[in-house]
Amino acid sequence: MRQLVILGAGTAGTMMANHLHKSIDLHEWQITIVDQYPKHYYQPGFLFIPFGLYSEKDVVKSKREFIPHGVEYLESAIDRIDPRTNSVMLASGTTLNYDILIIATGAKTAPEQTEGLTGSDWRKRIFDFYTFEGATALHAALENWNGGRLVVHITELPIKCPVAPLEFSFLADWWLAERGLRDKTELVYVTPLSSAFTKPICADVMGHTLTDKRINTVTDFNIARVDNDQHQIISWDGREVPYDLLVTIPTNMGDAMIERSGIGDELNFVPTDKHTLQSKVKDNIFVIGDATDVPASKAGSVAHFESEVLTKNILHYMHGEPLTEDFDGHANCYIESGFNKAFLIDFNYELEPMPGTFPLPGIGPFSLLKESYVNHLGKLAFRWIYWNGLLKARPIPGISHTMSRTGKRIPPTVPTDVASEA
Amino acid sequence: MAVLQINGSSIDVNDEGYMTNHAQWNPDVAAELAKGLGVTLTPAHWRVLNFIDKDFGEKGVVPGIRRMNKVGGIPTKELYDLFPEGPIKKAAKISGYPKPASCV
Repeated sequence: MRQLVILGAGTAGTMMANHLHKSIDLHEWQITIVDQYPKHYYQPGFLFIPFGLYSEKDVVKSKREFIPHGVEYLESAIDRIDPRTNSVMLASGTTLNYDILIIATGAKTAPEQTEGLTGSDWRKRIFDFYTFEGATALHAALENWNGGRLVVHITELPIKCPVAPLEFSFLADWWLAERGLRDKTELVYVTPLSSAFTKPICADVMGHTLTDKRINTVTDFNIARVDNDQHQIISWDGREVPYDLLVTIPTNMGDAMIERSGIGDELNFVPTDKHTLQSKVKDNIFVIGDATDVPASKAGSVAHFESEVLTKNILHYMHGEPLTEDFDGHANCYIESGFNKAFLIDFNYELEPMPGTFPLPGIGPFSLLKESYVNHLGKLAFRWIYWNGLLKARPIPGISHTMSRTGKRIPPTVPTDVASEA
Repeated sequence: MAVLQINGSSIDVNDEGYMTNHAQWNPDVAAELAKGLGVTLTPAHWRVLNFIDKDFGEKGVVPGIRRMNKVGGIPTKELYDLFPEGPIKKAAKISGYPKPASCV
């Protein structure tokens, strides 16, 4: 038997296990998937936990539940990959040999990377919502909130779901208004970017939305340290932003196993061809989802579109055929904006988010780069689609892995070679 | 789009003053672009500019602060001392590369 090993049973790894189980010859290939944690979290749901809209039961299921029979599931931490010998050493001491390796070990928050962030204010006045524990602790803190300065802060890019900090700010504005606390709360949005988002047209729309919601924005803020005594964050150029409650997005990094293996960049992301998803480490190593260094959003939708391209390329590789360069950086993200509305953006490496309708040109039902109630319903429906469709690698009708230009109102002046990071 | 005249040569820049044709770049151009930002180039500045040049050649993007620290061996504090306020943006402009999308 030849061996295909998938590292990580999160969104991307689980989708690959399901895709490959359906499409490769299981008499010839043994598929093994490795993950140390038993729980699968629906990460987009973390956004709703601080506001009491979702609880644990909405966002947690067993990882094994989504791995098809016939795929060997190993619950173990991973020590390192040795590309020279085509093997993976597990923390238990077991060695797995592979013919093909898929790295899907994702990204996670690394608050210890910022001086003072995990000091005396951590989980007292400082919270994150990118972990289940952080989102739950923040919910408790918000329940006791009586007003003051609430600061939403991004440490550095890239981060998972780059729109989530905006969504949190918009939802906080709505939640505070519902509780009669909005006029007692100063909302501040602090970003290392020069504007509200990485892509200019979307940044403009988001910037106006922040202004309309009376959320003050501090741009070009590169955090040097947190002063836990004075309750303020301080930038490298000496600016101080005081907080009563700091909701921060810590540095996001790839798995420490990538660093131990000596195959990552400065953030432990794996250098990867942005169109084929083959690693630049070795031909028989492929990378998917948040673990790559490709300049696409770190988002579940991206992992979903990548999984369709990567499945084709794994089959090509098995048959000694050239790889397809089909991944275009396609991302599709809802942006909750409070008061039962949401935006939707759809974009790729070349084309930044544009206004229009999605998925049907002129019909929708979703509006691009514009708030609507229907978009909000789409965001809420997405949880069911995630658990029942996406993870099981069932196709989503009408939505292709390549981004469609029809239905988008694209001004003739927009350059098509914008390949900046989302 | 605009054109700057530096030492008798025409330099193409975009609306924000970032060069659009790296072939027009040379150390004299860098010195003039730096002067426009209130920066006088020293060997310490050149260490940063040379790292950006080398790294852009390999990766095709201007390195961020963390990459400057970890791969280039240049501490953040030093970057802010050399190129006050927005070190990556300023250093990218002086080295003749595009404005980085996600850096200060």
